[in-house]
Amino acid sequence: MRPPSPSIPEREFIFTSLTQSLRLDGRQLLEMRKPTITFGEELGWVECSFGKTRVYAAVDAKMVKPPPERPYEGIITIHSEISPMASPEYEPGRTSEEEVTITRMLDKVLRRSDAVDKESLCVLAGQRVWHLRLTVHCLADAGNMLDCACLAGIVALKHFRRPEVEVVGDEVTVHPPTERAPLPLSLHHTPLCLTFAFFPESSSKTATSTSSTKTTTVLDPSLLESRLATGFLHVALNAQRELCVVQKAGGVPLTEDEILPLIKEVAVSRVRELDAIVESRLKEDWEQRKKFVEVR
Amino acid sequence: MVRQMVVESVYCKILNDGGFRSDGRRQYELRDINIDLGQQGSADGSASVSHGLTQVLVSVFGPREAKMRSQTIHDRANINVEVAVAPFSTGERRRRGRGDKRILEFASTIKSTFEPVIQTALYPRSQIDIFVQILQQDGGVLQACINATTLALASAGIPLLDFVCAVTGGVHSTSPLLDLTTLEENDVPHVTVAVMPRTGKVTLVTMETRLHVDRFEDIFRVGCEAGKVIHKEMRAAVKERTRSVGSGGGPDVGDRDVVMEERMEDY
Repeated sequence: MRPPSPSIPEREFIFTSLTQSLRLDGRQLLEMRKPTITFGEELGWVECSFGKTRVYAAVDAKMVKPPPERPYEGIITIHSEISPMASPEYEPGRTSEEEVTITRMLDKVLRRSDAVDKESLCVLAGQRVWHLRLTVHCLADAGNMLDCACLAGIVALKHFRRPEVEVVGDEVTVHPPTERAPLPLSLHHTPLCLTFAFFPESSSKTATSTSSTKTTTVLDPSLLESRLATGFLHVALNAQRELCVVQKAGGVPLTEDEILPLIKEVAVSRVRELDAIVESRLKEDWEQRKKFVEVR
Repeated sequence: MVRQMVVESVYCKILNDGGFRSDGRRQYELRDINIDLGQQGSADGSASVSHGLTQVLVSVFGPREAKMRSQTIHDRANINVEVAVAPFSTGERRRRGRGDKRILEFASTIKSTFEPVIQTALYPRSQIDIFVQILQQDGGVLQACINATTLALASAGIPLLDFVCAVTGGVHSTSPLLDLTTLEENDVPHVTVAVMPRTGKVTLVTMETRLHVDRFEDIFRVGCEAGKVIHKEMRAAVKERTRSVGSGGGPDVGDRDVVMEERMEDY
């Protein structure tokens, strides 16, 4: 079911205020909402929120037999769902386009970019490997669920600790967390996703002329902004200036000189800030848990 | 006597010292482009495009009355894209269901690429169906789909703002490569870029592999330039098609051709 489009007065208001660099929630054009990361009781359970957008992610691991074509690598599966409580537009059971976008982006950002070292998940080559299951549930949609979901996913992976395994010959012993301290996953890098939304300068609904229409760019769009945007650019990169995913699927056409500075300068600096926030929150949480868990 | 199977491991260099790639091309050389705008069944427009061994067939129906009233938009045409991947298209036979997320994403990428390009405001409450059939995959599938869709839409007579020309590019340890085959795509980080040649603006950029920001800039710029080269080929094919369709007319065909030629000059 298509969502009811925003009304004409709303659209006019948003477009005019954006041309004056004013956003409805008072942010700057390229300012992100501050993410709030809450950790659950169990390791690997994380809830992330950007303002009112909330997503939670949980990681859990079990040992399985690997497929014959890849005997030395672990398996990672990502299951993502947008529950109808996120917004009245999402129906249970039916995959909306937004859900497909989020699932595919999560797959690209967390799996295809090799964030987790799969070879470290191998216990006994050809017989036993770890199968990590990352579940991401979107709880509330106030715009930009994608970034929130990717952040929740990667933080959950960083937070998770898998049980320690001892391999003697062909025998595998899994030590429960009460016996031996669980180990963190080995991550190659921390990819973080950012979304930019574009709006045409003119207040007409469709950009009917290909002459110079300057577009306004907004980072981390809110719900209304994402409904009215004429184009999106999703960029996932890590703090080492490596791009993992770039996705600008259609939408308003932009010149190279409009896209490149967004990626090279804005995205790189925002990701550095985000990375610092993530690291500090993880450290804080670990300090609290240290009192109850033996630290390795 | 036991016969032993000797398995040779073939190691293909992506770019050898002489500057040649595994299929004999140079760094910036594109594969052979073959465009066929012949009519397919009852489709309003169709195009079969092959970039080297990658072959894609696109059929366009529309603008026509929408099948489902609930999907009509009161002031625009609704664009419906369906992608089908033939099981024999890859080296190993693999059947992909319709609900496969990768395919759904493909379809939604194509749809959002063409939504701002097709002048949908001219056909309210109608539907434009784009059916994409991937016949052979050898790298650059999205690129071929987008090029074929542009040509099919043009051949169906649907008004577009501009062509959309797509090309894939990759970076092999600081040297940019264009138009990658499957072998290269598996090894090298790659980007697909689609440009609108008249204004030089970019409508689509997708990248799924890890690449440093500076390398990305190089290949991005090269890709935009390459889009204009593909545009030349596409324009020539559309002109040829118009000429052959136009010359199938009556005795006063001579004047019509001249007018058509003049019109095509500005295009």
